[in-house]
Amino acid sequence: MSDQTPGRTGPQDGEEREIVATPTVTGIDPVPQTVLEDPVDEVADRSYSQGQLVMRRFVRHKGAMVALAVLVAVVLLAFTSIGFGPFPGWWSKSFVVGGPVIDGGRPTLGFLRLGEHPFGQDNIGKDYFALVMRGTQRSLIIAFVIGLVSTFIGTLVGSLAGYYRGWVEAFLMRITDLFIVVPLLVIAAVVGQMVSGGGIMALALFLGVLTWTGLARLVRGEVLSLREREFVVAARASGASAPRIIVKHILPNTVGVVIVSATLMISSAILLETSLSYLGFGVKAPDTSLGSLISLYEQSFQTRPWLFWWPGIFILVIALCINFIGDGLRDAFDPRQTREKK
Amino acid sequence: MFRYITRRLVISVLVLLAASVLIYVLTINSGDPLAGLRENPDPAAARMIESKTRWMGLDLPWYERYWGWFTGVAGCVTLACDFGTDAMGQDVGQAIGSAAGATLRLVTIATLLAIVVGIAVGILSAIRQYSGFDYVVTFGAFLFYSLPVFWAAVLLKDFGAIRFNTWIRDPAFTVGQILGISVALGVILQFVLGGAWRRRLLTGGAATAFAVGALFYFNAVGWYREPRLGIGVIALVGAGAAVLVTMLVAGLRHRRVLWAALTTVGVGIVAVLVLDGYLDEPTGAGLAGLLVLALALAAVVGYAWGGFSRRTAIGVSMTTALVMSLTVAASYLADHWSEYLDQQGRRPIIGTIGESTPGFSGGFWATALDQGTQLLLPTTVLVLISVASYSRYTRASMLEVMGQDYVRTARSKGLSERTVIVRHAFRNALIPITTIVAMDFAALIGGAVITERVFGWNGMGSLFATGLSNVDPNPVMAFFLVTGSAAIVMNLVADILYATLDPRIRR
Repeated sequence: MSDQTPGRTGPQDGEEREIVATPTVTGIDPVPQTVLEDPVDEVADRSYSQGQLVMRRFVRHKGAMVALAVLVAVVLLAFTSIGFGPFPGWWSKSFVVGGPVIDGGRPTLGFLRLGEHPFGQDNIGKDYFALVMRGTQRSLIIAFVIGLVSTFIGTLVGSLAGYYRGWVEAFLMRITDLFIVVPLLVIAAVVGQMVSGGGIMALALFLGVLTWTGLARLVRGEVLSLREREFVVAARASGASAPRIIVKHILPNTVGVVIVSATLMISSAILLETSLSYLGFGVKAPDTSLGSLISLYEQSFQTRPWLFWWPGIFILVIALCINFIGDGLRDAFDPRQTREKK
Repeated sequence: MFRYITRRLVISVLVLLAASVLIYVLTINSGDPLAGLRENPDPAAARMIESKTRWMGLDLPWYERYWGWFTGVAGCVTLACDFGTDAMGQDVGQAIGSAAGATLRLVTIATLLAIVVGIAVGILSAIRQYSGFDYVVTFGAFLFYSLPVFWAAVLLKDFGAIRFNTWIRDPAFTVGQILGISVALGVILQFVLGGAWRRRLLTGGAATAFAVGALFYFNAVGWYREPRLGIGVIALVGAGAAVLVTMLVAGLRHRRVLWAALTTVGVGIVAVLVLDGYLDEPTGAGLAGLLVLALALAAVVGYAWGGFSRRTAIGVSMTTALVMSLTVAASYLADHWSEYLDQQGRRPIIGTIGESTPGFSGGFWATALDQGTQLLLPTTVLVLISVASYSRYTRASMLEVMGQDYVRTARSKGLSERTVIVRHAFRNALIPITTIVAMDFAALIGGAVITERVFGWNGMGSLFATGLSNVDPNPVMAFFLVTGSAAIVMNLVADILYATLDPRIRR
């Protein structure tokens, strides 16, 4: 790899990156030759649909693929180990009942060896692996529900605001102004305190209702530019109703923006939920989440550090993986930003 | 432009008003403030419930309670604020005074540092796109962006503060540590500066050699407990800043600008020597006055030297003066470091609990050191997380701008790369960043709530958190009002900057 400043004028640069001026209808459009030669986009002996192209670009993004594999592994580990709902898991210890504390609750995880309590035990002898898995399950469920709810509301409000303008748009903009003045965490804490009696689903739904504004703004921006395009004008001219235009003609073109920001939303949702639970306004005992585990064992960092390490590592790994996947998706959906290999 | 900013301000205030109703109603409905008393078997509990209900107004409808709060706060217009009392009967207004100071200090310093570091890193990684440095920064940004604030803060507390506090009792590096640190520094520096491999080897090697020498010297003189910068270092840093800023902004060919900056350094050194007695024991207001004076003097020097490049000369001189003032402050802080260490004795040097050492009394610089060391860790946490997003935005925005037609035009008409980047690209790349930084300010306050909890500060965050868990609206509203107003001011500054950077919206 070269660390040359891109486009620096000089003889050595002309050989690598050729700026070719391509005449188009609107004038001269400089397209770097390298972008056109992107191997993924190259049409060889067969042609690909838009979805297939995106898929191929995503699969070739190494970081995203590694992240996806790790994330799938974490999800499988969390849901199969201690079981979920009526389905029993393969891990024998329970996250509810304690047992005798062995060796001060030290973790038995070693090289190629799980041992009795791989992540150690807490002060009343509960198996910490089972507890962390339970917390991971709860945090993942909350994050995904928040992602779904806020993506749905955000897409709906964003497309209505972009297509109809008017009061929906004004409403959206004022709500955005609200979050400039009041930190999201603060409103979320108040709402979390309010609904925390209703269990994690209520918490997740209400947090989803709070977090849609960013996505709505993005979708509105996309819709604003799409509604002026020729194919929308054509659809309108041939008598398509407004809902049909939005659903059939506009939304499919915003799917990239929606998927990417839904992914990133999930990673910020997991951080939001764990922060709230840490402050005591999210998931509350007897239920557990990764954030409340950290809050519970924060003081024992000096004496039994493993109680503090594991939940944090799981939050970090999950959020990091989702962010990398989101980055890979963005590159896949928007080939203009794909890296040019030199 | 005036109309534009007034409009934004009015909208913000209206939003603040609407949000205050929303937060108030949500807070008083978020739980049962009497839950603790209801479970109390004490026969006197019934009477306590009754009296608490009366004095918190729990039997009133929400609009009457809100109105009661609102009329109290509205008194602020006539300088007679009444923030009400909390559930324990304490006046919230008094609690705010100290809490707001601590929190706003934390948030402001974190924002400023994050802006400077984030933009610098973002630009470097944009102009070295797809280099090793860029990849490292990208990965680091992802990592810090995914880091749970509270977890990182606890880690920093234990690994940063507690270990440093034991180390500083008897500070010295072993030879192995010195070599390790120096090589790491060299490797990082060559990453940042980049270039061909020979240049990299040279910068890396020079930095390593310099660090080895400096660290051995520090070991020998016990510098870690009694650091000294002295007038020589101030002069050196000042001259370095003068040359560097001139090089970046104007280019060294512009002699007048260079002379202006160097004259500023000279004036600054004379001023420090003359004012040494006062600077050793100043007051906060006096110091602020001196800073303004220094900037004004620098402007005069720039004006006198400037000639045709007057505006550039003034800007460069003022930047140099700012860097020098900071160095002077650092020098005096270093002089008082040993005094501070002796005062703290066995108490922790880098505080992990609270926003200042209770009962600490010392001179101006020692107090500043006390508060500064307490600020160090929370600020680091907030800065790391904000830098992650700022550097990404800066990089994206910079790359976008660098691909524009006018940048190509600027290059093709033969401008130097420095002029293209600093004058044409950077300024326009700043426009979207202003908006993002301003919008991010609220998120930073949210982060401050968490860090304050980890580090046990009595700031606005704890006011909010305890208020909310007691279902006690007045402290929550006080938090909301102070942070909300700060956010509005921050956005106002951003709007003004925006209008300066983008003349199209001044209309």
